[in-house]
Amino acid sequence: MSTPFILIPGRTSKQGCGISEGKYGDNYQQEINTLQVAAADMQRLGLESGDRVRLTSEHGQAEASVAAAKKDELPEGVLFIAYGDVSSRLMGADTHGSGMPTSKGLDVEIEKLPANTN
Amino acid sequence: MASATTPPETGELKIVKDATCTFCGCVCDDIDLSVQDNQIVKAQRACVLGKAWFLNHDIEDRPSCLIEGQPATLEEGYDRAAQILTGGRYPIIYGLSDSPCEAQRVAVGIADWIDGTIDTTTSVCHGPSGMAVQGVGEVTCTLGEVMNRGDLIMFWGSNPAESHPRHFTRYSLMPKGMFTPNGRKDRTCVIVDVRKTKSAKAADHFIQIKPRRDFEALWTLRALVNGVELEADEVGRQTGVELAVWQDLAERMKSCRFGVVFFGMGLTMTRGKHCNTEALLALTRDLNAHTRFVAKPNRGHGNVTGADNVVAWRTGYSFGVNHARGYPRFNPGEYTTSDVLARGEADSAMMIACDPMANFSEPARAHLRKIPYVALDAKETPTTRSAAVAFTVATYGINTGGTVYRLDDVPIPLRPAFPSPHPSDQEVLTQIERRVRAIKGIRGQ
Repeated sequence: MSTPFILIPGRTSKQGCGISEGKYGDNYQQEINTLQVAAADMQRLGLESGDRVRLTSEHGQAEASVAAAKKDELPEGVLFIAYGDVSSRLMGADTHGSGMPTSKGLDVEIEKLPANTN
Repeated sequence: MASATTPPETGELKIVKDATCTFCGCVCDDIDLSVQDNQIVKAQRACVLGKAWFLNHDIEDRPSCLIEGQPATLEEGYDRAAQILTGGRYPIIYGLSDSPCEAQRVAVGIADWIDGTIDTTTSVCHGPSGMAVQGVGEVTCTLGEVMNRGDLIMFWGSNPAESHPRHFTRYSLMPKGMFTPNGRKDRTCVIVDVRKTKSAKAADHFIQIKPRRDFEALWTLRALVNGVELEADEVGRQTGVELAVWQDLAERMKSCRFGVVFFGMGLTMTRGKHCNTEALLALTRDLNAHTRFVAKPNRGHGNVTGADNVVAWRTGYSFGVNHARGYPRFNPGEYTTSDVLARGEADSAMMIACDPMANFSEPARAHLRKIPYVALDAKETPTTRSAAVAFTVATYGINTGGTVYRLDDVPIPLRPAFPSPHPSDQEVLTQIERRVRAIKGIRGQ
């Protein structure tokens, strides 16, 4: 069963370092493929760090591993992921006459994947 | 096969004083580099992003030029690139935020010769802020003025602790200035965001608003600054924050001596986009009836501010410029790269120091995969891998000199550390421009 959330893609220092190290390196790939979830939401959805989830937006789908957000960094109902291929797959192409696709505050649904889906 | 010879290794340790870091828009120019055998082994005073930038840009052991994934000579690459750019009906040139101004200038020239569109990564960064500046105007200053005068330092939708790690210590919060002799003790810091970022720890007051309610929050402040009464329940419902908190902030903003609000992509990438930044710039304008207040975008890439300046010098507009009619036209949404690609309009392209194959929407990426394009980058990226012609270029600021603009529009010179066997992007672009002009039959200067 899917649960609605708001996804905030953004910069992280690990992602920034990963760009300099190389986008095909493990550090960058791990950072852009890890979804941060508030602790209360992790509990509510029965998620543990490392679990795989499918994210679905109006525009696309992507899979990611989850990690618990630190302390109170995220309010319940809000997800965070570093900018990268996963976040790009979920955003639409329409820029509403601005040149900028809506890249933050995306409506997504999150669905836990079985352990053997990788 | 391309590529010149790698400079010989001598084991000698060289110190480059006051080198310039070009990773983020802070463009810190006080980095002391230790260089040994064509590699930076230490970057003194650099932040975590700066260290990763300097220590991971050694000489890439790759051909300087690939055509359809196969090694080729630079001459072959220049010829093929010029054919691609002159062979289509709708060429677009994009990127430029990690190139020095001297290379950006050549790229704009090529766009002009081929009647093409030129756009920079600004369009998916602070392009909406550029639109807002045109609509509202901008009250601005340099980071030096912030350091010397700023006593209320705000951040809205920006997380400098992760994106601009030396922002607090070098420019905005900690430094002691002419009118802020006690540094941090003389300043109040307010951070507004939808999540409690790592930057929030630095704030005296952190205000967490509802996601996608920046516009409502900014107009709440505008109303309060202008003495308009508001319903407390409605404000709380719309912004997720009590009216009393906004009243307190509005009073702080009006009563400070010199206020600054640094804003990030939390405003420009979220629903509302240029309307959000227009609201912030209008609030800033309003505050100048009470005190001195400025708004500054926290620009991301090393020379994205330079790209705005150079494209504006040469065309009159800072991004999203089309030359199809023989003169520059500006229209975000029409001539911006994400839109041009997603609508399937461009039939050839040149991507300079950018990675749309990683950062653009799927429809835009799908179209880019279908058309021939040229890519220039110091590193291998999803964009260089799919390019018809890919040039491995020297890294600006590490291998080559030139000029970059800090996020406050102050030009900073680069001090390279060691040479690269790969050509600079300016050299590649100059060679392509020469061939484009020959194909188009353009003579003279």
